[in-house]
Amino acid sequence: MKKLYILTIFLLLIFSGFAIAEEVATPPSPSSVEQASPAQPVPPELATKEEPKIDTGDTAWMIVATAFVMLMTLPGLALFYGGLAKKKDTLNTMAMSFVTYCIVSFLWIIYGFSLTFGKDIGGIIGSTEKLFLSGVGVNSINDLAKTIPEYIYIVYQLTFAAITVALASGAYIERMKFSAWVLFTILWMTLVYIPVAHWVWGGGFLAKLGALDFAGGTVVHINAGIAALMGALVLGKRREASLKPSNLTLVVTGAGLLWFGWFGFNAGSAVAANGLAGAAFINTNTATAMAAISWMFTEWMHTKKPTVLGLASGAVAGLVAITPAAGFVNIKGAIIIGLLAGIIPYFAVATIKPKLGYDDSLDAFGIHGVGGILGAILTGVFADPSINELGKGLLFGNPGQMLTQIIAVIVTIAYSAIMTLIIFIIVKVIIGVRVDIEHEITGLDESQHGEKAYSL
Amino acid sequence: MKKVEAIIKPFKLDEVKDALNSIGINGMTITEVKGFGRQKGHVEVYRGAEYEISFIPKIKIEVVVPDSIIDKVINTIMEKAKTGNIGDGKIFIYSLEDVIRIRTGDKGESAI
Repeated sequence: MKKLYILTIFLLLIFSGFAIAEEVATPPSPSSVEQASPAQPVPPELATKEEPKIDTGDTAWMIVATAFVMLMTLPGLALFYGGLAKKKDTLNTMAMSFVTYCIVSFLWIIYGFSLTFGKDIGGIIGSTEKLFLSGVGVNSINDLAKTIPEYIYIVYQLTFAAITVALASGAYIERMKFSAWVLFTILWMTLVYIPVAHWVWGGGFLAKLGALDFAGGTVVHINAGIAALMGALVLGKRREASLKPSNLTLVVTGAGLLWFGWFGFNAGSAVAANGLAGAAFINTNTATAMAAISWMFTEWMHTKKPTVLGLASGAVAGLVAITPAAGFVNIKGAIIIGLLAGIIPYFAVATIKPKLGYDDSLDAFGIHGVGGILGAILTGVFADPSINELGKGLLFGNPGQMLTQIIAVIVTIAYSAIMTLIIFIIVKVIIGVRVDIEHEITGLDESQHGEKAYSL
Repeated sequence: MKKVEAIIKPFKLDEVKDALNSIGINGMTITEVKGFGRQKGHVEVYRGAEYEISFIPKIKIEVVVPDSIIDKVINTIMEKAKTGNIGDGKIFIYSLEDVIRIRTGDKGESAI
C-alpha cells in the first residue's frame, strides 16, 4: 500500500514535469543557433573560421569555470568519497583525490597538454610541440578555444584530467597502497587519459568519426568508471567489503560541491559565455535534480527508506549522465536522461554489483561507468540541432548518431579496460597494489599516513 | 547504601534526571552506552545494501542512594523511563560497601 502511495507521488511528479517540458520544448528561434559557438568536442577543421580574438566576457567566465571544476576534486570529491569511507580510512581516501590533483597539475604542464591538444599525429596522439608549454605566452590562443587566453584553456583542461583520475579511486579505497596509487596516477593519466581525451577532443579519430561528447561523458566518466571496475577486480575484495559511511554530512557537503562545480564542467564546456553555456547550465541542473528524485523514489520502493545517501548518489549519477549531453539536448531530453540516471545506476549498484560480487568500494563504476554509458548513448538519441547544430540525434532523424555514440563507448571501454589492467600489473610488479591484512584492519589512515581523521 | 544502575532509552534521560532531582537525588553519573537485549538491533541501508546493526545506543545512569529511599528511587526510574515497548531498559541494584568524598574524607551516607 505504502509502495503504491510512493509510486503515485513519483508518477505525478514526472507527468507534471513532462507537461511543463512540452511547453518548453517548442522550437527556439533560429538566431539562437547561430550564436552557439563550437563546443569542446569539435575538431578544429569543423570549427567556425573566425579570427582568434580574446573576448573579455568569455575569458572571465572561463577563469571562474576553471576554478569551479577544480573545486569538484578538492574538496568536492574528497569530501564525497572521504565521508563514504570507513572512519579508519577517511583521510587516506581524501589523500587519494588530493595527491592526484597535485600530480596531474604538474604533469599536465610538462607533457599532458601537449600530447592531448598538440597537433594531431595520425588521429592517435598530440604532438610534443608544447612540452613545458613551450611557445605559449600571454597572447597565445588555442585553436579549440578562440576567444580566451591559452593559459586558461590549459588549466581548464587540467582540472578535467585531474578529476578523471581521482574518480577511479572510489573503487580502490580501504585496501590500496598509497604508493601504488601515486604510481597509478602517473601511469594512468599518461597512458589512458591523454590518448582518450585526444581522440575525442584533441582532433583524434573519435572526433573525426563525429562522436558527440559535450563535457566528458566518454573521456571522463566511462573512462574512469571502467578503470574503477578493472582496478577493483585486480585488487580483489576488501576484508570487510561493506559500505559503512563514516560521515554522511561530509558526503552531502561533497555532493553539493560537485553539483556546484559541475556547472563549470558542463556550462564551461561551451568555452564561451553564451546561450549554449546557458543551455548546458539548465540541462545540468534539471537532469541532476530529476536523478536525485528518481533515485530517492526507486530506493524508497526497493528498500523502504528514502535515504540521504540516495539523494546524493542520484544527484551525482544525474550529473554524470547529463555530462555528454548537456550542450546538445533540449530540456525534455535532460529530464528523461535525469530520470533514467536515477534508476539504472541504482540497480547497477544495489542489485547487479552484489550479484556479480566485485568490490567497487564506492561504486565508481556503478555510478560513473554505468551513468556515463547511459548518457553517451542517450546523447545520440536526444541531441537536438536547434540547441546545437553540431549534434543531431535519433529523435531528430539521425539514427546513425546513436551508432557512432556506441562505437565511441565501446572503443573507450576496450581501451580503458586493457590499459588499466596493464598498468595495474606494472604497479603490482614494481611495488604491489594491496596493503597487508594487518594494515587493512587497522585502517589506512594510520598505516599509510600515520594520522587519524578524527580524535574526538 | 545501594548503587542503582539503570539502562534507559536515551530520549528519557531528561525526564528521569528531573524526577530523581525532585526526590532529593543530587548527583548522578551518566554514560552513553551501546548494547542489545530483547529489542535486538536495527537495520541500516546504504545504496541498497542492508546492514544489521546489533548494538543500539542507550544511556546508563548510575546513582548511589541510602537504603531508606531505594524503593522510591526505583519506582521513580520505572515510572519515568517506561514507554511500554520492548527496549525500555533494565535496572540493576548493588549493595555498596562504602563511599568516600575525596575533598573532606567523609565516609558513608554523609558522603553521598
